Amino acid sequence: MAGEQPSLFDPNGMHMASARAAREAAPAAKPRAVKPRASKPRAEEPAAADPADEAAPRSGRRRAPARATAADLAKKQREISVSEFFAKNRHLLGFDNPSKALLTTVKEAVDNALDACEEAGILPDLRVEIEQLAETRFRVAVEDNGPGIVRAQAPKVFGRLLYGSKFHRLRQSRGQQGIGISAAGMYGLLTTGKPVVITTRTDARRKAHHLELVIDTQRNEPKVIRDAEVDWGRPHGTRVEIELEAAYRGGRQSVDAYLRQVSLANPHAEIEYKAPKTGEGGGEQRFARVASELPPATAEIKPHPYGVELGVLMQMFRDTHARNLRGCLCEDFSRVSPRVAEEICQRAKVAVTRRPGEITREEAERVHAAIQATRILAPPTDCIAPIGETLLERALAADAKSDFVVAVTRRPTVYRGNPFLIEVALAYGGDLPAEEPITLYRFANRVPLQYQQGGCAITRAVTGTDWKAYHLQQPKGALPIGPMLLMVHIASVWVPFTSESKEAIAHYPEIVKEIRLGLQECGRKVSHFISRRRREADEAKKRAYIDKYIPQLAIGLQQILGFDDAERGRVVETLKDVLERSRRL
Amino acid sequence: MAARKGAKPKKTAKPAAEPESAVAARNKALDRTTVELIRSAAQEVHGEIRRRHKPDLAFPVRALGNVSYSARKGYFEIGRQKKVRTLTVNTVKSFAQTLRMMGLSKELVENNDFATKRDAYYQSKNWEEARFDEQAESDTVMDDIEALFSVRGVSREQLRFVPDEHGGAVAGNLVVLDPDRETGRVERIDCTRFGSGAYSIPSTVEHLSFETDAKFILAIETGGVFQRLQSHKFWQTANCILISMAGVPTRATRRFIRKLSDECKLPVYAFVDCDPYGISNIYRTLKVGSGNAAHLSQFFCVPHARYLGVTPQDIVDYRLPTHPLQDVDVKRAKDALKNDPFFQAHKDWQKAIDQLMRMGVRAEQQALAKWGLNYVIEEYLPRKLEHPEHFLP
Repeated sequence: MAGEQPSLFDPNGMHMASARAAREAAPAAKPRAVKPRASKPRAEEPAAADPADEAAPRSGRRRAPARATAADLAKKQREISVSEFFAKNRHLLGFDNPSKALLTTVKEAVDNALDACEEAGILPDLRVEIEQLAETRFRVAVEDNGPGIVRAQAPKVFGRLLYGSKFHRLRQSRGQQGIGISAAGMYGLLTTGKPVVITTRTDARRKAHHLELVIDTQRNEPKVIRDAEVDWGRPHGTRVEIELEAAYRGGRQSVDAYLRQVSLANPHAEIEYKAPKTGEGGGEQRFARVASELPPATAEIKPHPYGVELGVLMQMFRDTHARNLRGCLCEDFSRVSPRVAEEICQRAKVAVTRRPGEITREEAERVHAAIQATRILAPPTDCIAPIGETLLERALAADAKSDFVVAVTRRPTVYRGNPFLIEVALAYGGDLPAEEPITLYRFANRVPLQYQQGGCAITRAVTGTDWKAYHLQQPKGALPIGPMLLMVHIASVWVPFTSESKEAIAHYPEIVKEIRLGLQECGRKVSHFISRRRREADEAKKRAYIDKYIPQLAIGLQQILGFDDAERGRVVETLKDVLERSRRL
Repeated sequence: MAARKGAKPKKTAKPAAEPESAVAARNKALDRTTVELIRSAAQEVHGEIRRRHKPDLAFPVRALGNVSYSARKGYFEIGRQKKVRTLTVNTVKSFAQTLRMMGLSKELVENNDFATKRDAYYQSKNWEEARFDEQAESDTVMDDIEALFSVRGVSREQLRFVPDEHGGAVAGNLVVLDPDRETGRVERIDCTRFGSGAYSIPSTVEHLSFETDAKFILAIETGGVFQRLQSHKFWQTANCILISMAGVPTRATRRFIRKLSDECKLPVYAFVDCDPYGISNIYRTLKVGSGNAAHLSQFFCVPHARYLGVTPQDIVDYRLPTHPLQDVDVKRAKDALKNDPFFQAHKDWQKAIDQLMRMGVRAEQQALAKWGLNYVIEEYLPRKLEHPEHFLP
C-alpha cells in the first residue's frame, strides 16, 4: 500500500491526508528505531536502555524488557488495508460521528452528481432521499439526470477508494471537497455490510444498469455482486444508494441546511429532497431552480510557478515530458515564457538544457527560490466562474422572505500564484430573525462549508468588519446582530483549506482582503437600505405624532379659550395642514 | 423672663389685622389676573394658528447661567434668555401637554382648588394621548409654565400648583394665624406650646399671618441642633424663633421665613455646617434662591438673611474637630467661586471660601459638642449674637 499511495491519493484533495496516512502507518511498518530518544539504531541490542536508564545504573536488578528484534518486527510488517486506514482515519474523511457521516455521504453524492451534470452540459435535476430504517440506520439515495456512467467504469467510480476524474488538475471544481463517493460507500459497507447500489443509464435507447458493489478492502478492489439490466424512469442519469450507520439531526449542520445552501450556490440546480419522517418539515421539500443557464465551463490551467511548493516542483520535474528544464518550465507552468524560464535558470545557476529528470534536490531548491525572486505575470483568471450577482440575488430572494437583497462579485485576483474570486451576497429584513447573530453561509467552489466556522478566514473577515458603520449592531469581535443572511463564496482553482478536513479557508492576507472589500461593498448597500427604511419609519412615526397630539393641543386651547367644537375642528385641520406642509419642504 | 410670655404675644405684625373680606377680595383680584394671563398666552397661540403660522411659546431658561444678582435687590433674578418652543412635529407632544397643563391651571383657579405636582401628573392620565408617562416629565412642563408666568408676576401658588413637600419645623415666640379655606375662621397657633415637638410649616403659606415679639429668626440646618435648642428653650432665653430647614430649605420654608421676616421686620440668621454644601447650597438658596428656580426668587428667598456660622474662622477660633474636604466639596467650592453670581458679588464670601479651601477641612454644627453638649447654647450662640455685624453677608 505504501508504494501505491501517492498515485492513489488525489493531489488536489488528499495530499495532506496521504502524508498523514504515511505517518500514521509508520509505527506498524517500521522497526522501533524511530523512537525519538534513541540516538543510534539498536535493532540488535535487545537490552539497550534509554539514556536516562544508563545514567543511573541499577545493575542486576534491571529487568530487560522483551524488545523485539528486526526479525520479529519483520513478521508484523504488512500492508495496511484501505479499510484499516479508513477505520483509523474516518475523522479525516468526514465520518467523525454518525450525524456527520450522514451529511458527508449526501454531500459526496450531491457534489458528484452536480459535477457530472455540469461537465455534460445538463441542467441538474437532483433527488435526495433519506430513509430511516432503524434507530441508527439510514438509507441515502441520490439521483441525478447526468450523463450516466459507462458500465465498465461504474465499479471503479463507486467501488475503488480515491478513483476519479479530478486527478492532477488545476481547475475550479467541487472535487476538492472530501474524498469521494467511494469513501461513503466503504463507510456504509463497514458499518452495515450492505453493498452500494447503483442504477445508471447513459442513453434513452438502452436499458439502465443495476449494480450492487462491495469493496474488497484488502485489495482496494470493487467487486460486483449483482449486475442486471433494468427499466428506469430517467432517460439518462445515475442513482446511488448507500445504507449506513448514522444519525439524523436538524440545525445548522444538518442535511436540510446543507441542501438549502447547495441550492443557494447552485441556482441552476433543481433539488428534490425527501427527509426522514422525523425531519424538519418531514417529507418532501423542493429547492427550485432559479436560473436556466449552466455556469460557464471553466478552463483548466497549468500551475503558476509562484504557487508551487518544492515537493510538487520536484515531482513535476520527474513527471514532465519536456526534455530540458527550459521546456519543462515553459510547458508545464502558466505564464512562463522562454525568456522568463532562462531568467529563472540563470538565477538558480542551473543550465537551461538540464534534463528535468536528473535535477537534484539542491538544484530544485535553487530553482524554487529563483522562481520566487523572478517577476512573473499573474496567472490568467478566466479559469474561474462566479455564480454571478444576478443569480445570487435571485437565489437569495427565492430562499428567504427578505426586504432587501444584494450581491457583489469581485474581480478575480491572485494569492500565491492561484487565481481566486470572492462573491458576497446578503439578504436583509423580512422573516429573518432580528435579535440574533446573522446567519453566515460559507462556500468554496459552490460547496457549502458547514463545520469549523470559527477557524475560517471568511468568518474572520466578517467579524473583523465594522458593521456598526452599516447600521447593524455588533458585539466586539463577533458576528453582527440583525435580520441578515450573509453568503460568502470563494471560487478558485485551488482553495486553500486550513486542514485536510476542508471545512475552513486559510487566512491568506490577499483572500481576507478581498472578502473584506466584498463585505464592505455589500455593507454600504445594505446600510443605504437600512437608513432609508429608518427615515421612512421616522417619517411615518412623525406623521402619526401629528395625528395623535394635535387634537390634544386643540382641546387644551379650547379649555382655556372656551371656543366651540367647530372652531376646535378648524384648529386641528389648520395645524395638521401647517405641519404637514412644513415637513414636505 | 415670664414663663407664659408667648401665650399673649404683642401684636407686632401689622398685616395680621387685615379683615377677612379684604383678603378674599385681594385673592379674587389675583385669580382674575392669573386667568387673564393664561388666556392671553393661549390667545396668542390661537391667533398664530388662525394666521396659518406655526405658534410658539417662549420659556425663560432655568439655569444658573441665566441668573443675575444685584446686592441692592438681594436675590437672583432670572435673565432674558428664552428657549422658544416652536410647534413642530418634534415638539407637538410637549406643546399639547403644556397647553393642557395651562388648561388645568385655569380650571383650578376657577374652582378655587389646587393640585400638587403628583396630583397634576395623575390628572394628566385623563388626557388620552397627551398623558405623561413619568412624573419627571410633568414636573418639567409645570416648572416651565411657572417660569413663563412668573416673569409676568404670577407665582406657582397663584397658578394653584402647590409643592408636595411640606416645610421645616418652627418653635419660639410666634403665633401663626391660619384662616380656614372654607369658613374663613382663623386658627391661632402658638409656637411655644408644642412641648418637645414643633409647628410644621404647611406647603402653602400665602394665607398665613403672624404675631410675635421675638427679636430675630434663627434658621438651622440640622434637626439635631434644632432639637437641642428647642428642648432647652433657647427661643425663650434669646427671645427668638427657631426654624429647622433640614438641608436645603423647601420653597415653603423659604417663603415662610421671608413672609415672617418681612411682615414682622425680623432679622434672619442662618446657622449651618461649615462646608461648601452648607454655604453654597443651603445658605445661598435661602438668601437669594436657586438657578433652577430663579423665577421664584423674588418671593421665595430671604435677601436680608445673614450667616451666623459655622464660619471658617470659627474652626480656628473654637478649635473645632474637622473632616477633610472631599473631592465633591472642592468641586462645589470652586464652582461657587467661578460661576455663582452671588459669591462673585461678595468679597467677604470669596475670602471665607478661600480660607476654607486652604485649610482643606470642613466642620459640622455639632462639632461644637466637643466642648460639651450645651456649649452651643451656653457659649457659642450668645457670644456670636453679641456681634451680628460680624456675620457674613
